Amino acid sequence: MATDQASTRIVIEPVTRVEGHGKVTIHLDEAGQVREARLHIVEFRGFERFIQGRPFWEMPVAVQRLCGICPVSHHLCAAKAVDPMVGGRTLTPTAEKVRRLMHHGQFFQSHALHFFHLASPDLLFGFDAEPATRNVIGVAMKHPELARQGILMRKYGQEIIRITAGKKIHGTGAIPGGVNKNVTTAERDELLDGYDHMLRWSRDALSLARRYTLDHLAELSEFGSFDSNFLCIVRDDGALDLYDGKLRAIDPDGRLLFDQIDNDRYLDHIVEGVRPWSYMKFPFLRSLGPDTGWYRVGPLARINACTYIDTPEAEAARREFMALGNGRPVHFSMAYHWARMIEALHAIEKIGELLHDPDLQGDDLCVTGPRAREGVGVIEAPRGTLFHHYRVNEDDQVTLCNLIVSTTSNNEPMNRAVTDVARRVMGGQPVITEGMMNAVEVVIRAYDPCLSCATHAIGRMPLVVELFDHEGRTVDRRIKNSC
Amino acid sequence: MPDTFTFLMDGRSVVATAGQSILEAAEAGGIYVPRLCHKPGLVPWGACRICTVRMNDRPCAACTQPAVPGSVVENDTEELRAYRRTLVEMLFVEGNHFCMLCEKSGNCELQALAYRLGVTAPRAPYFFQARDIDASHPDIILDRNRCIQCARCIRTSKDLDGKNVFGFLGRGTAKRIGVNARVRLRDTEVDLTDLSLDACPVGALLRKREGFRVPVGDRLYDLEPIGSDIERNSP
Repeated sequence: MATDQASTRIVIEPVTRVEGHGKVTIHLDEAGQVREARLHIVEFRGFERFIQGRPFWEMPVAVQRLCGICPVSHHLCAAKAVDPMVGGRTLTPTAEKVRRLMHHGQFFQSHALHFFHLASPDLLFGFDAEPATRNVIGVAMKHPELARQGILMRKYGQEIIRITAGKKIHGTGAIPGGVNKNVTTAERDELLDGYDHMLRWSRDALSLARRYTLDHLAELSEFGSFDSNFLCIVRDDGALDLYDGKLRAIDPDGRLLFDQIDNDRYLDHIVEGVRPWSYMKFPFLRSLGPDTGWYRVGPLARINACTYIDTPEAEAARREFMALGNGRPVHFSMAYHWARMIEALHAIEKIGELLHDPDLQGDDLCVTGPRAREGVGVIEAPRGTLFHHYRVNEDDQVTLCNLIVSTTSNNEPMNRAVTDVARRVMGGQPVITEGMMNAVEVVIRAYDPCLSCATHAIGRMPLVVELFDHEGRTVDRRIKNSC
Repeated sequence: MPDTFTFLMDGRSVVATAGQSILEAAEAGGIYVPRLCHKPGLVPWGACRICTVRMNDRPCAACTQPAVPGSVVENDTEELRAYRRTLVEMLFVEGNHFCMLCEKSGNCELQALAYRLGVTAPRAPYFFQARDIDASHPDIILDRNRCIQCARCIRTSKDLDGKNVFGFLGRGTAKRIGVNARVRLRDTEVDLTDLSLDACPVGALLRKREGFRVPVGDRLYDLEPIGSDIERNSP
C-alpha cells in the first residue's frame, strides 16, 4: 500500500475478534484530524472461479466451505439455488421444515457465538478495559454463569445442525430438491429436552443487550452512526422470514425503495462495485447508484425493514426497539447487538414451533420435476442477505457462480462506521492508545463481519498499529495478539 | 496339493482350498487384508499392491498369490502397515482427492482405508495434475480427478457387463481412464444398469444427481472401519 507522505497513516492489521482477516488504515492530516479511514480485506480465495466445471449437486457441500461459523447459510442458500436444477422449486413440507429448523439452529448458535464470545467483552468491561481481561476468558472469570449460558446456547444450535445436517460443521443435509433425512422422534425429544433453558436464556441475553444499549444510549447513538438504506428478504406479508422471501429495500426514512422483488431478478436491482484497495466488493442499489445506493444488511436491516415478526416475544421486542427511531429506522451501528438478540429470541421461538410440528417426521424428503439450467438462492444469513447464483451447462456442470455474501453488502457501511469512530477517538490525538484501536474494532464487530465469507479468506489474527509522521516515519507502533 | 489345507497368518491358522488366494482364504477366516483393486467376482489384478503380505518372508500380492499349505504369512505388521500407508498417500497426492467436497465421502474405500491405516496427511507433495471430467452422459459422470486406476470399472464392464466401455490410455503419470468412443462417455454403450457403475471404489464413476442422498451416519464407513464386516466373521 502506498503511504501518503503528506499525512499520518495508522494501520490496524488484522482486526481481531471477527471472522477472517482484514486491516484498517486511518489517514490523518497535518492537524491530526482523520482525513480518511478504510477497512481493507486483504485475502482472496476465488470460490466463484474454482467451482466452475463441478457438478451442480456438489454446490451445497462445496461452497459452504467458505466459512466455519455459518456454513449452514451457504449450504442452504446453495441448495435453494440448485433446487430448480432438479425441478424442486417447491419442496415437500418435511424438507422445507427440516431446512428451516437447520437454519434457525444456525442463527441461534451464530448469534450466541457473536454476542457472548466476540462482543460481550467490549460491552461488559468497556472498550478501553485492560486487554488481558477484555476477552472471553475474562467474561468466564467475572461472569461465569453468563459465559456458561453462551456456550450452552451455541451448543444447542450446533446440536440442531448435527441432527438436521449430519454434522455440526459442514454437513450434507440439504440436497437439490429437498433433504436427505428427517428428524426422528428421538432426535426431536433430545432437542425438546433443554428447550426451556434456551428460551429463558435468550430472553436474558436480549434483556442484557437492551439494557446495555439504553444505559449507554447517548454515547452509542453517536458512535458509528449514519443514515443508510436497508435490504433484506421478507415474507409476502412483510413478516421477518430468515429462510425464504422476496427482496425489500427501504430508504433512511423507512420508505419502501422496492418490495416483493423475485430473487431471480436481484441483478436488476443490485450492482457490485469494485475498488482497487480491497478484495471485497461494494454492492449498491442500481436505481440510486454507488454514491447513495449502498445499504446495510443483517439484524439491524431486518428488524428495521420487516413489517412485523410472527413470534410473539420477538415481535414485542421489535416494537420496543423500533421506538428508538421515533418513526424512522434505527441507524446507529451499536444497535446491531440489540437487534441480533431479538433475532436470537425469534430463532428459538421458531425452533419451538418446528419441534412440535409432526411434518418433521415425514418421509417425503425430495421432489423432482422439469429441470432448469439456472438458479438463484437468497437467504437471510446471520450477518445479512446472502445470494447464490449458479448457471449450468447441458452436462450439469457449473458454468457461472456469483455470490454476494452478507458482509460484502456491509462493506461501505463498515467503512463509514470506521471513519466515524476514528474521527471521534483518534482525531487530534498525539499517541494512539490500545483503547482507541479497540474502539475502531468495536464498531466493526457490531456488524459481526465474516471476512472469510466475503472474500473467502483465511488468516491469523494479531493486531499491528503503526503511527506515521508527515514524512512517513514511524513514530509509534503497537502489537497485540488475538483476543 | 490337498483340497483343503491350512497356513499360518499372523500366528492364526487359516483354512484354504486349493487355488484360493491368500486374500480370499483370509477373508473367509475373518481376517481383513487391506485392498483397493480387488473386488469379489472379478479376476484378481494385483495392481494396487495395497494387499501386499509377506509369505515365507517374501513380499507378494495377497489377491493374486495362491495360498500354500504350511506357509507362514505376515499381514498386520507395522512394516506392512507403513508400506500400505505410503501407497495410500501416493494415491492421494497423485490424484485430486478433495474428500470434503466429494459425494463418495463416507462410502469411499480409499478414504476409509486412509482412516483405518492412520493416514493423516501425505508426506509427499501433491501433483495437482490437470485431469478432466466427462459429464457428457445424461445420467453418469466420470471424474478423472479421483481415479486411482484400479481398473475395477474396466474389468467389470468387460467381464460382467460384456460391454468393454472403459480402458486405460497413456503411460506413467499421464495414464488415465479412457472410454470406448471417439470422444465422450455419452457415445459409449454404458447405461445406468451397468455393474461397472458400482465397481468404482472412489468417486470417479458416479450416477448423476444422487450425491449426498445418504445422510452422514448411514454411510458405509461412518460407524466402523473398512474391513469390519470381514472381521466380524472371525471364528
